[in-house]
Amino acid sequence: MATVELRFSALPEHVRTARLVAAAVARRAGVDEAVLDEVRLAVGEACSRAVGLHESHDITSPVRVLLIEDEKKFSIEVGDGVSDHSGTSGAHGGAEGTAESDAEGEDEMGLAVISGLVDDVEVTTGEDGGLIRMSWPTATAATLP
Amino acid sequence: MDLSLSTRTVGDRTVVEVGGEIDVYTAPKLREQLVELVNDGSYHLVVDMERVDFLDSTGLGVLVGGLKRVRAHEGSLRLVCNQERILKIFRITGLTKVFPIHTSVEEAVAATD
Repeated sequence: MATVELRFSALPEHVRTARLVAAAVARRAGVDEAVLDEVRLAVGEACSRAVGLHESHDITSPVRVLLIEDEKKFSIEVGDGVSDHSGTSGAHGGAEGTAESDAEGEDEMGLAVISGLVDDVEVTTGEDGGLIRMSWPTATAATLP
Repeated sequence: MDLSLSTRTVGDRTVVEVGGEIDVYTAPKLREQLVELVNDGSYHLVVDMERVDFLDSTGLGVLVGGLKRVRAHEGSLRLVCNQERILKIFRITGLTKVFPIHTSVEEAVAATD
């Protein structure tokens, strides 16, 4: 079971909340202070991407974030609702051509940032939607109160 | 923390001072500001990021968009940043090769290609 589970409406203003919660749980789990900035950035990128996917596919379900504390590592899973056979929604077709192509570029850049930052990362898409799984080592015991 | 933006003119350069967090929520405000400046004829921009606490790929996308816009007018977009955590994002995305990054506004304003 996840240590902390977060679900938020797929809106850009909630991504910051996800970053703050993830960083707080990571700190408690014993992730090195120097790495917390990376955790914050990576989870922000994953959540921004999920929000973008929900918006472009007109998905109303929330974005899911699982923060999992294990003995030796801290993992984050960010799940979106876009399954491998969702296809591309035509709802926003042609509405804002430039904005959409910008958004696509940002999505790719988001994944580039995640893979540049996190050594252990896995991006999958299944029946239930897409999932980005990332983990960082923790300095256990030593940091416990 | 929200995004703060202020602009001032130094010679033929326009300095945009950005503070706070540039993310998926706030980046559109920065995009609007850059687009407005270019539409008003400011083609040589210096974006001062010394007071930026957080930057993600959405923010990078906006800066790249700004660069494309000023270049269309043979302009320039220079960044001022000394914060390692922000510089790191430019490095891992290879954007240090795209943006001239300076250590002070004075240096950026004085710089020529």
